[in-house]
Amino acid sequence: MLKVENIQVYYGMIHAIKGVSFEVNEGEVIALIGANGAGKTTILHTITGLVAPKSGHVLFEGKDLTKIPAHKIVYLGMAHVPEGRRIFQQLTVLENLKLGAFSITDKVQIEKNLNYVYMHFPRLAERKNQVAGTLSGGEQQMLAMGRALMSNPKIILMDEPSMGLSPLLVNEIFKIISEVSKDGTTVLLVEQNAKKALSIADRAYVLETGNIVMEGKASELLDNPRIRAAYLGE
Amino acid sequence: MSSFFSYLIAGISLGGIYALIALGYTMVYGIAKMLNFAHGDVIMIGGYVAFTAISTMQQPVWIAVPCAIIACILLGVVIEKVAYKPLRSATPLAVLITAIGVSYLLQNVALLIFGSQARNFTSVVPDDFSVSLGSINISGETVVTILASVAIMVALTLFVNHTKSGKAMQAVSEDRGAAQLMGINVNRTISLTFAIGSALAGVASVLLCSTYPQISPYTGAMPGIKAFTAAVFGGIGSIPGAMIGGVVLGVIENLSKAYISSELSDAIVFAVLIIVLLVKPTGLLGKKINEKV
Ligand SMILES: Nc1ncnc2c1ncn2[C@@H]1O[C@H](COP(=O)(O)OP(=O)(O)OP(=O)(O)O)[C@@H](O)[C@H]1O
Ligand SMILES: [Mg+2]
Repeated sequence: MLKVENIQVYYGMIHAIKGVSFEVNEGEVIALIGANGAGKTTILHTITGLVAPKSGHVLFEGKDLTKIPAHKIVYLGMAHVPEGRRIFQQLTVLENLKLGAFSITDKVQIEKNLNYVYMHFPRLAERKNQVAGTLSGGEQQMLAMGRALMSNPKIILMDEPSMGLSPLLVNEIFKIISEVSKDGTTVLLVEQNAKKALSIADRAYVLETGNIVMEGKASELLDNPRIRAAYLGE
Repeated sequence: MSSFFSYLIAGISLGGIYALIALGYTMVYGIAKMLNFAHGDVIMIGGYVAFTAISTMQQPVWIAVPCAIIACILLGVVIEKVAYKPLRSATPLAVLITAIGVSYLLQNVALLIFGSQARNFTSVVPDDFSVSLGSINISGETVVTILASVAIMVALTLFVNHTKSGKAMQAVSEDRGAAQLMGINVNRTISLTFAIGSALAGVASVLLCSTYPQISPYTGAMPGIKAFTAAVFGGIGSIPGAMIGGVVLGVIENLSKAYISSELSDAIVFAVLIIVLLVKPTGLLGKKINEKV
């Protein structure tokens, strides 16, 4: 479904991504794990067009996303929950969610998506008229995920959804990611919380300073001594 | 007392013009993150288009005014495409210098075509639009300016808060990247912002030149600076801020002209601005910039 082919990304002189390739199949939950600065966010930004690669391709259902402007990518069925949430702080929860459905013109469909989001995040329904900037960190993360789901995506990219959340909330967020996956949405999950990510993923890729250094079934990586030492703190 | 009210009403009217211009500054600043210093000169060009249509080509007002507005819209959108769009990722200083360059360019084009001498502008408002309230006489220009600016501000507020394009503008102003992820075309949103700001400048140009019935290549410069001040005063980036800032500025200017000194009125306006910024650095309704996590 999504195929990243040998992408190289530079920020000025900094060579951030040094030829990364990987694949996400329909229905999978794929985890991309790695330490701070490994290049996880850069990869997601390259996929959704916020950053242009120097070379390489990103194929989504056969279309080369590197040749499509960023604002057209959501129309193809790809949503991105960016790092740091980046919700529209000055707008209300409902206005944020409606912007999530900007790519959809059918009002009935928007209403359906809204109900779907409220079902997974009842908290957002309770707070729909609250200004988003005044939500708690966990609620803001829920809003960022809900906003992405409003576009009815085939695949959702999530950049560290557990960042800065209490363990209880982390569990809740990961439960919802599993549910979204069960509902048929493909998931590409970037996480520093490797343990949690591997526990819900089918397969995973491990990124180190711009290179993929390991890949495999998530369950196998969870047992891998090198992974346990480097990413699971054991 | 009645003279106070007539100064006040004339001040509100002047403030309405400032507000229309300030809206262009504030919307472009909020959405394109730049100070369009050529905005005042777009007004001057609009004034010359109306002048040419009315005085040279003998056209009626209902043709001249739309011509001025359309000319401003085209000019604003073209300036954005040609001068600012290529600098989308340049430093703010480069963009600012470009904007100042565009401002001089427009003034010099007007100098070349129309000469430096100020021309008399025939008001677009018929004489019988004036109103008497008891002992107060309100000129037709004042009446039309107040009505037009209120109507435009209401329409703009509805547009920004209740249409998809308006929501897109708010989203782009907060976070360009996140807006793109929603499917919003940032370039088109910026163009639309310039088009709207310039349309308001077009309206302001006719109202301004009708109220102070003259036009010269420098007609736009001072009102441009005052309106920019009004936008900062109200909180740059804030639409209601620009409206309030414009009206407050116009009233302060007119009342200080009447009661303190016409030479000092501009100094008083800027002094008030400085005091407001000292007390509230973001302006009356300005929001503090949210820091990204
Ligand atoms: N806009 C930028 N300009 C210059 N360098 C950048 C920029 N964004 C990222 N980098 C650099 O690129 C490298 C990869 O950054 P990236 O944000 O992709 O890492 P990450 O894996 O997401 O890290 P984290 O877990 O901390 O979010 C880092 O060395 C970073 O300093
Ligand atoms: Mg990151």
